[in-house]
Amino acid sequence: MEGEWDMKTDVLIIGGGVIGCGIAHQLCKYNFDIMLVEKEADVCMGTSKANSSMLHDGYNVDKTKLKGQLVLKSTKELYQKMAEELHFDLNICGSLLPGFVEADWDAIYHQFQMSAENDIRGVRIVGQKELHELEPHMNPAAKFALFNPNTGVLNPFELTIALGEHAVQNGAKVLLNTEVTGINSSGGRVTSVVTDRGIIEAKVVINAAGLFSDHVAGMVETIDYTVKPRKGVYFLYDKQYGTYIKRAIYSTPTTVSKGLIMLPTTEGNLLCGSNAIMHDEKDDLSTDLESLNHIYAEAIHKYYPELPRMGDVTTIFAGNRAASNTEDFIIGHSKNVRGMINLIGIQSPGLSSVPAIADMVEDLVREVGENLNFGIKDYYNPTRPKPIVLRELSYQERADYIAENPDYGTIICRCETVSKGEILDAIRRPIPATDLDAIKRRTRAGMGRCQGGFCGPRVVGILEKELGISPLEVTKKGKDSYILSMQAKELALQEGGSSNEKVIL
Amino acid sequence: MKKLSYDLVVIGGGPAGMAAALKARENGVKKILICERGSKLGGILEQCIHNGFGLQYFKEELTGPEYATRFVRKVLQTEIDVKTDTMILEIAEDKKVIAQNGIDGLFEIETKACILAMGCRERTREAITIPGDRPSGVMTAGAAQRYVNINGYLPGKEIVILGSGDIGLIMARRMTFEGANVKCVCEVEPFSSGLVRNKVQCLDDFGIPLYLSHTVTKVHGKERLEGVSIAKVDERKNPIFETETYVPCDTLLLSVGLIPENELSKSVGVDLDRVTKGASVNEKRATNIEWIYACGNVLQVHDLVDNVTEEAEIAGKSAAKYISGGFEKRKRSIHVSPGNNIGYVVPQRIDYTNSDEKIIKLYMRVRKPDEKVFVVVKNEQGEIVGKFKKDTIAPGSMVSLSIPVIKLTEDTSSLTVSVEKEGESI
Repeated sequence: MEGEWDMKTDVLIIGGGVIGCGIAHQLCKYNFDIMLVEKEADVCMGTSKANSSMLHDGYNVDKTKLKGQLVLKSTKELYQKMAEELHFDLNICGSLLPGFVEADWDAIYHQFQMSAENDIRGVRIVGQKELHELEPHMNPAAKFALFNPNTGVLNPFELTIALGEHAVQNGAKVLLNTEVTGINSSGGRVTSVVTDRGIIEAKVVINAAGLFSDHVAGMVETIDYTVKPRKGVYFLYDKQYGTYIKRAIYSTPTTVSKGLIMLPTTEGNLLCGSNAIMHDEKDDLSTDLESLNHIYAEAIHKYYPELPRMGDVTTIFAGNRAASNTEDFIIGHSKNVRGMINLIGIQSPGLSSVPAIADMVEDLVREVGENLNFGIKDYYNPTRPKPIVLRELSYQERADYIAENPDYGTIICRCETVSKGEILDAIRRPIPATDLDAIKRRTRAGMGRCQGGFCGPRVVGILEKELGISPLEVTKKGKDSYILSMQAKELALQEGGSSNEKVIL
Repeated sequence: MKKLSYDLVVIGGGPAGMAAALKARENGVKKILICERGSKLGGILEQCIHNGFGLQYFKEELTGPEYATRFVRKVLQTEIDVKTDTMILEIAEDKKVIAQNGIDGLFEIETKACILAMGCRERTREAITIPGDRPSGVMTAGAAQRYVNINGYLPGKEIVILGSGDIGLIMARRMTFEGANVKCVCEVEPFSSGLVRNKVQCLDDFGIPLYLSHTVTKVHGKERLEGVSIAKVDERKNPIFETETYVPCDTLLLSVGLIPENELSKSVGVDLDRVTKGASVNEKRATNIEWIYACGNVLQVHDLVDNVTEEAEIAGKSAAKYISGGFEKRKRSIHVSPGNNIGYVVPQRIDYTNSDEKIIKLYMRVRKPDEKVFVVVKNEQGEIVGKFKKDTIAPGSMVSLSIPVIKLTEDTSSLTVSVEKEGESI
């Protein structure tokens, strides 16, 4: 890399999550250079990839907090417009907060009152009959519910990738596998960012490093806040349950549970989660039996007793919310170094606040980017071309695409009906997918019920050919997550085999 | 959109699909199409390079590819059309099948009958919700088998296997041959779930320990697998955490069950058996939809490919008869149901007089292993229709019984199959 590495940009964004990509999307229309660096092998690798995928309208937020104000500004209409321009799946399905017993009523009524205070329209309390008409599979013991027609679900991978790709199409550069190790400043002004691949000069640096944003902010000056991971565990059910629940269902907060959600994903699965465990390891995404049992008992089984604990579960996963010690978003300039903008503690409702956060960051950039040209690029295009997703098309449309490109005819992932053509597209898109999980997030290959058991070896073969690499270099999610360790026979013949030590219990 | 017309569409070109198509052809069906989603005929046998296939059907010991090749050759020599790399998107109620591939594009096939022979998939780590990290190096035994035997790459060097299903046992040996160290096999049940011969030939012969009533409780490793926690389980299969041990390894293979792939069948309204997760069929292997038949692992997961072939031939022959006019129905159907210590029975019902047959074979799996028992078939009156002595029974070995057709009278309405011990009657 050295020698050819001579990197310079006007605005440098640290972090390729939904916030970093959202800011790149916001700023890419202007006549200055944007670069985004991401330490992982793909964008959408942190909090953005493992969350409830809900679009909150903020009906119950505290307006005195920044996060409350920003989510209220980020209306569903803004998301709908964004979905039309950038093409990601968004379903304004509504939500229900059901109650079983008298004690639940107070909580529900309180939430109803908050929606009125926050000027949210359409929120109402529904009785038992209507509740079960709305959600026929729900436990008959549920007696009433708070109904909010404005709540939505979106595809967080698609959203993040769409925002990032749109920025790239409009001139932004995205550097993956690039970790920031330091930030240089001079004369009270930020000058460059040090990465493990070289130094990048920048006029404005935006810290959207999510869970690691406190660490990055601390590279510039002493800070008085921290970001701690707050883990949430999820169940994702098989697509046969895709319409089993029609709306997002909140569980009523109880003494043992803070409130869990169950919802139909835009992709047709059923998502249930998540609890909240404070811990210290920011990259620990492990699930645990206690959480799984808790979520199953307190949410899934309580509301939908027919859902199984295992078997028709497509996967389980965990995400870490980036919670600041103030329990609010902290968005603003560094105290002592000009040109550094920090976004700290963007946890829920961060996914639902992207437009307002991006607006706010633009204002901050204008404040410190005196030399930036805020004229609109002549080639700026507000829309991102829609990726081809064959399973969403009519048979005739699919036939037309296959006639044009036979690769669309060859199905690689049988569970989710993903063609070779779509996988090749994902590898060739503006932010290229170069590992199995990146292909999975873009195409759903490997995201179905066999979890890549069938298509995994075939996708490895496609990556091998398309990227011109050895299968040994293909990874699940970058870094050391290799799939294959060596060629067959090599171990037995060249190395004489591994040890023969057995587990003795 | 291209439109084709056939008498019979067989979905799946593995051992079941090929045998069904050949038998249908032998019984006079003229226009037959096999659609296979893989790039060649043979199905999963392609990657099963070990021996032990064909002992019953061919009375010879063959490898998987050898067994498959016998059928592939015949199919290619017969007037049966084959489309590979072809995915069926939909079976429509009006006897149309929608498919796609790179050559024909997306096309519609009009047919008179259809045989489901799509096989099964492996249950995953995710489906059984093993907690922990999600690193690479955790895969089903079948995926590992493909990497090693077809792609020529080794997934790892230090292996733990969860589940004593046959593929897991076969892969324990295969990985050992490749120089890898298979550290142990854990099985959550108190008994091995694979064939006895596989346990002996794949584990015992190589000194690989099998720990019954043990499971993997956690997966460790952020990028690549670094180890697993294993623990003993109680009678309710809950881990006993005091017994938890950490085992360093770079690969976890799962052989924790096979599930018939019936999403396509369900979408057209084929009724499934809750236990087999395959179609509920009659003795001709017809589903509740009279023009749709099912056979092989999509109907019930078999231990032996020989049984798959036998079952597929029934389906092929029956589909041929259906196309040419059908069978003589019984006055009333006989419902066949599992009794004591029987998990399921296939077929689930008997619909026809079967006057041209001498016997009807019932296939079943027991729930728990036992020794020196009788498997007894009784009718609705409690009269014994068949009684079969078995020295050993185990869930890992399918049991088949031949019931003489003559024992089924006009009035017979149900059969129940139970395991009974000597001297006691249940």
